[in-house]
Amino acid sequence: MKKIFPDAKAALDGLVFDGMMVMSGGFGLCGIAENLIIALRDTGVTDLTVVSNNAGIDDFGLGYLLQTRQIKKMISSYVGENKEFERQYLAGELELEFNPQGTLAERCRAGGAGIPGFYTKTGVGTIIADGKEQKDFGGETYILETGLVSDLSIVKAWKGDEQGNLVFRKTARNFNPMMAAAGKVTVAEVEEIVPLGSLNPDCIHTPGIYVQRIIQAEHEKRIEQRTVRERESA
Amino acid sequence: MAWDRNQMAARAARELKDGFYVNLGIGIPTLVANHIDEGIDVTLQSENGMLGMGPFPYDDEVDADLINAGKQTITELRRTSYFSSAESFAMIRGGHIDLSVLGAMEVSEKGDLANWMIPGKMVKGMGGAMDLVAGVKRVVVVMDHASKSGAPKLLHECSLPLTGRAVVDMVITNLGVFEIETGKGMKLVELASGVCIDDVKELTQADFDVAVSS
Repeated sequence: MKKIFPDAKAALDGLVFDGMMVMSGGFGLCGIAENLIIALRDTGVTDLTVVSNNAGIDDFGLGYLLQTRQIKKMISSYVGENKEFERQYLAGELELEFNPQGTLAERCRAGGAGIPGFYTKTGVGTIIADGKEQKDFGGETYILETGLVSDLSIVKAWKGDEQGNLVFRKTARNFNPMMAAAGKVTVAEVEEIVPLGSLNPDCIHTPGIYVQRIIQAEHEKRIEQRTVRERESA
Repeated sequence: MAWDRNQMAARAARELKDGFYVNLGIGIPTLVANHIDEGIDVTLQSENGMLGMGPFPYDDEVDADLINAGKQTITELRRTSYFSSAESFAMIRGGHIDLSVLGAMEVSEKGDLANWMIPGKMVKGMGGAMDLVAGVKRVVVVMDHASKSGAPKLLHECSLPLTGRAVVDMVITNLGVFEIETGKGMKLVELASGVCIDDVKELTQADFDVAVSS
């Protein structure tokens, strides 16, 4: 079975439906599937539930799907960078489920690993615990959180091969590996598709079994906060 | 007289001990990195997936794939390792990080922390703060002692939604330093330069013991 597709549009063909749950990898704008997000917008699919740590910014990343109102609900840990998001949410036009970042990461990991629920002490005694089962272990209280499985996961890697093996780069890895594993279908976009055998098998971050389709694409890689220091003069 | 942002960060830096793995939050906590004693070896964790965070890059070193949890561009060090968000929070939740320095909107005398939400007004989210306060061995809060209008932020009970219950071990404000011990409450252990105990009492709602001489 061929996993390599010519472009983002072709890679999403036949995979989308209204009301589906999509996981979108990345942290801020770092390691997001730029091209697949645009292709997802262009399918016109609506009523999406999107699982993503952040919501992009107004004019990049998931901000595109917010502008067009294709998102019904977000499951995120931090959305502070997106004014349109805040406006839609405060106006009651968008549902929002806040998950602590580690809980969100673990929900994706658990979903991909076939674990329907797990206990964590994160959020105990806060509104995050409301309505959730509590259990004591060794005298400490924990809450039950559930694993997440998406209808579609879109992830971004640095390099990949025709088998779907992926290697990420620096902090652009973030949520991508767990989301790749937690998708019923996972589509990956990479900066470079390399010949089979050229990735060191000991250094593959996401084994190809988790990736059904892969594309090579150009990436703008926009920087949210460019912070630099001055070079001391010699 | 009281401490400014940099003096508060410098005071927080004194809580970092040799060999510590430390997570610094956004805002004043980020400044703590500038005040770490040269003789002390500390590894900074960034919860988006990095241990061994380096300083901001020079202009020609900027890399879009290398950011901290505040989405600022940073650099790597020779000791650096990268990992996924799940791995990152495994080390946080699993109690492997020695110290976390965070900002706050309110802290209660029992050590409850509120720093992520103002209902109906501010919708940003908790990010990794709930995991950090639940899992990290020691939590130090750095914050202004009162609001700009003089409303206390150290309270009997927090009024805002909590980030964690009985999780704060130390609070450093512009007026001084408090220790909080579970079941024992809050204790003023240090005053900022030029500040007296009555200054602190006037701007504090929380009950606290005094362990400094004015």
